Amino acid sequence: MNSSEGFPDILYIDTHFIHEVTSPQAFDGLRERGLPIFRPKQTIATADHNVPTWDQHLPIKEELSRYQVDMLTKNCAEFGIELYGLGHPYQGIVHVIGPELGITRPGCTYVCGDSHTSTHGAFGAIAFGIGTSQVEQVLATQCLLQSRPKRMKIEVNGKLQKGVGAKDIILYIISQTTAAGGTGYAVEYAGDTFRSLSMEGRMTVCNMSIEMGARCGLIAPDETTIEYVKGREFAPKGEEWDKAVAYWKTLYSDDDAEFDKVLSFRAEDIEPMITYGTNPGMGIGVTQQVPATESFEQKEQTSYAKALAYMGLEDNQLMLGKPIDYVFIGSCTNSRIEDLREVAEFVKGKQKADNVTVWVVPGSKQVQEQAIREGLDKVFEAAGFPLREPGCSACLGMNEDKIPAGKYCVSTSNRNFEGRQGPNSRTFLASPLTAAAAAINGYITDVREMLEEGELIA
Amino acid sequence: MATKIFKHIQSTVVPLAIENIDTDQIIPARFLKATTREGFGNNLFRDWRFDQNDQPKMDFVLNHPTYSGKVLVAGNNFGCGSSREHAAWAIVDYGFDVVVSSFFADIFKGNALNNGLLPVQVSDAFLKKIFDAVFADAHAQVEVDLENQFIKISSTGEQESFEINPYKKACLLNGYDDIDFILSKTELIEQYENSTEF
Repeated sequence: MNSSEGFPDILYIDTHFIHEVTSPQAFDGLRERGLPIFRPKQTIATADHNVPTWDQHLPIKEELSRYQVDMLTKNCAEFGIELYGLGHPYQGIVHVIGPELGITRPGCTYVCGDSHTSTHGAFGAIAFGIGTSQVEQVLATQCLLQSRPKRMKIEVNGKLQKGVGAKDIILYIISQTTAAGGTGYAVEYAGDTFRSLSMEGRMTVCNMSIEMGARCGLIAPDETTIEYVKGREFAPKGEEWDKAVAYWKTLYSDDDAEFDKVLSFRAEDIEPMITYGTNPGMGIGVTQQVPATESFEQKEQTSYAKALAYMGLEDNQLMLGKPIDYVFIGSCTNSRIEDLREVAEFVKGKQKADNVTVWVVPGSKQVQEQAIREGLDKVFEAAGFPLREPGCSACLGMNEDKIPAGKYCVSTSNRNFEGRQGPNSRTFLASPLTAAAAAINGYITDVREMLEEGELIA
Repeated sequence: MATKIFKHIQSTVVPLAIENIDTDQIIPARFLKATTREGFGNNLFRDWRFDQNDQPKMDFVLNHPTYSGKVLVAGNNFGCGSSREHAAWAIVDYGFDVVVSSFFADIFKGNALNNGLLPVQVSDAFLKKIFDAVFADAHAQVEVDLENQFIKISSTGEQESFEINPYKKACLLNGYDDIDFILSKTELIEQYENSTEF
């Protein structure tokens, strides 16, 4: 909507997701202003960041976490917002439950006080993270003031190598753009490599758009998208469905669409990826060496050396063979059923290394139950990979799942910032397969060497 | 509802010459459990400021007796990562009014502006000049003028202009906030709701 000359545009928000961490101050703001929620049915709440991932039926032990989750429950009751809280069959990580419930659809706008809201862009939706003042704005008006971003197209074409998946694609892209390269842009991912990805793979890609600074990333909807949404709990039904599909099929960029920046990559060039530093742009193919400090510009060298010192790594060090302590498979990036199936298939009949603690954390209650129905929990258990309960878990140090100081974790999450997984923890970001391979061997491994011919053509 | 007003400042600066400072460093996740906006300043840059026994790390600039002021000057790509507005609250609560960098992450920049904290984006060359000035003399001051959109190094008189969205500039100068503005457009919003199907 155009508001007035000289003012930013007003963007209408179709669905607003909230969680316990970034919403309490927004509700307080509404109370102070004496404002109601403008469209309470268009906000959906869940508890994910603070929740324990073991014994969820018991009260949350940590007092501040419990208080924050209780506050969400109280606010949702007072303002009439649907809450999928602890114990609810739809509870889970906000960016996992929206898609799986059919709330996330092509052509709509989604925001959440959470930077990984870009995940929902996988459906050809406009979806981005906001701060708490903006959460309050959306609660009060269902709208945001928004300037138009610049447009970037990132093309990847070709066939992926065996053992290389969606997570490797996005880690590769970010290693090329740097952690700031997408700032100010809305990104469209195009090319046949993305077309061949499942919806869950596309979500993994769009999820990490923010890690190159782009607030949103999207993939035009196609038959894969339509098939995924079809029949889900809140997806349109009957005549509404037919009308929606007809509209979704019109949502693609014109062949002559103009972009401010275009990047092109070849799928064949992408190896299984691993990060070595303290931002997601610091990633390399798993067989490569850590770059030398002097290969960077003078002004970047201090920060680079600081990152390597934090990680306990040296210039030109080989990542392969580096011993690790923890493996975390989960987070809004990689905790969906396909991630769990892929890991289960890989670890079946194998056993984790003695020196490694492994956590597998499903993204939602529904993912957990599906995994149990398929017997994946038994496979995981036999391999020493306990399947826990849904939540953000060790992606960030807000709940009980923390990586101890100085320890190394190969993690399928999205951020390797200093202390992200617990004070002084050290994170190597990787795909679920690369994480599982490290768990089996106890050190960083090229998963391709563990795959038999014809197996897991991801 | 009125928010903090910013017009003009002249102050010494706190130099933090590190690039890609993410919001997990500005305020680690374990301190996001508070349900009010106050008190986050105590934990600003917590793990860089304090060791595991909560003792100040004396080599970190905020603990350095020489540097103080209301202007934080930081390396490229400041505020990347999580959308947590707690990062802006922590910086304001600690006592900063301005953050200067050669590049800001989007969400942080928006959060700062919504809290009366002015993000001033300067060129790499000017950023280096500020660092040089303050490392040469810890009492070096900068002047930041929002009305006229410039930042000046007081000792040398060198200055550079900076960009700001004209609407957000008016908000900061007058203490307006977005909700009042959008609420004045309710009729337009309802028209839109009635005109769309999906």
